[in-house]
Amino acid sequence: MKFVDEFRDPEVITKTSEEIRRLAHPNRHYRIMEVCGGHTHAIYRFGLKDLLPSNIELIHGPGCPVCVLPMGRIDDGLSIAQQPDVIFAAFGDMMRVPGTQGSPLEHKARGMDVRIVYSPSDALKLARTNPDKHVMFFAIGFETTAPSTALTLGRAKTQGIHNFSVFCNHVTIIPAIRAILDSPDMRIDAFIGPGHVSTVIGCRPYEWIAKNENKPVAVSGFEPLDILQSIVMVLRQLKADEARIENQYKRVVPWEGNRAALRAMADVFELRPYFEWRGLGFISQSALRIRESYAEWDAEQRFHIPGVRVTDPKAAQCGEVLKGVLKPHQCKLFSKECTPEHPIGALMVSSEGSCAAYFNYEHRKTAMVTSIASVA
Amino acid sequence: MCLAIPGQVVELFADQPTAALIDVVGVRRKVDLGLLQDDLPVKGDWVLIHVGFAMSKISEEDAIDQMRTLRMLGEAEAAMQEVEGYGLEDTRNTKAS
Repeated sequence: MKFVDEFRDPEVITKTSEEIRRLAHPNRHYRIMEVCGGHTHAIYRFGLKDLLPSNIELIHGPGCPVCVLPMGRIDDGLSIAQQPDVIFAAFGDMMRVPGTQGSPLEHKARGMDVRIVYSPSDALKLARTNPDKHVMFFAIGFETTAPSTALTLGRAKTQGIHNFSVFCNHVTIIPAIRAILDSPDMRIDAFIGPGHVSTVIGCRPYEWIAKNENKPVAVSGFEPLDILQSIVMVLRQLKADEARIENQYKRVVPWEGNRAALRAMADVFELRPYFEWRGLGFISQSALRIRESYAEWDAEQRFHIPGVRVTDPKAAQCGEVLKGVLKPHQCKLFSKECTPEHPIGALMVSSEGSCAAYFNYEHRKTAMVTSIASVA
Repeated sequence: MCLAIPGQVVELFADQPTAALIDVVGVRRKVDLGLLQDDLPVKGDWVLIHVGFAMSKISEEDAIDQMRTLRMLGEAEAAMQEVEGYGLEDTRNTKAS
């Protein structure tokens, strides 16, 4: 329990950890999936696994937008930017994600005009300040970022900015959870629901998981205590043989979500019939595309898209890790060919990817535990 | 990317109802309020910011908690870099062009 002293309220953490031990039946193995990549990062960073009994297994879910994006989409986006006078704008997270011919950053080194933006509205600003260029914003993210892209597209339209488009890769979390539950090699007992996605969609969209699948869900904050309390919530439900949605993150997540954000999304986006997810394959109605009324600002309608489909490097087992079938270190390439400095798979790129989180913290933790043990 | 950054509204603009000047640990940037248009914050309110857009109103206590969480996660520096980059005002950012 090496990290306990660093926590804000170590006593409460210890008590919650004890409560988890009391609730977990010793003869039962629990598989709890944290859907959000931010939670995965927090779980590794805080060493929360050490505060749980060994029969509670945390499965890392698909909620890292960079990680679930198939390589072909990166190639498609970069192919647009290869056309003359196009500026490729994306969040920093995207810059080191490998396409078949290298990452956006590597393309930049070869002369492509690639810019990091921290907000979609800054990509629009780039278009305004570069009227002789076309700015293509490579949009990624779940429902946390999609409303911001939607508002930006709305502004492009009302302000009449025509040298701007969005290459839309926004995905939605619910169909991914459904795909995981439908997957024959997955057995999940309960979910820790995403915190910031839920500020937008609220808690209602998870209700079918409890009603139809009989699995508890606790929408959770990101502090160590939040995550442990969410585990307590789902264990209590499992013990009582109940399944409902609990909102542990009430201080930020309204039950009904953010209506203005949902309106903005509905105005600009519609569901794609299907979309490919790395590791999970094609999932129906799992991603957003830009409506016809915004066709002029849709990179996919404005430019020719090759529609590249790339299979992941054979040796990389990103798919199995994404579904939680394998732990990161069980992949053949982990810490050998694939490291945060030289990522082969996207899970090693983003700090929210389970491989990068495992690499950055688990190794260090092992080293720390060894040194604490030697002192004791 | 799913971690939000807390900040305090320090100035509202009469001519731009959907923007505010937000202070994040001393760094001030213009942030979009479009996603809070049903319940616009006033000066002094705290909000969670995500990719340059305020996503939700929170209490001051929660804002302090969130900043501490970012620090504990080792994400505070990246968060500040993000805030400094809003509006393309960061020289590191424009240099990259």
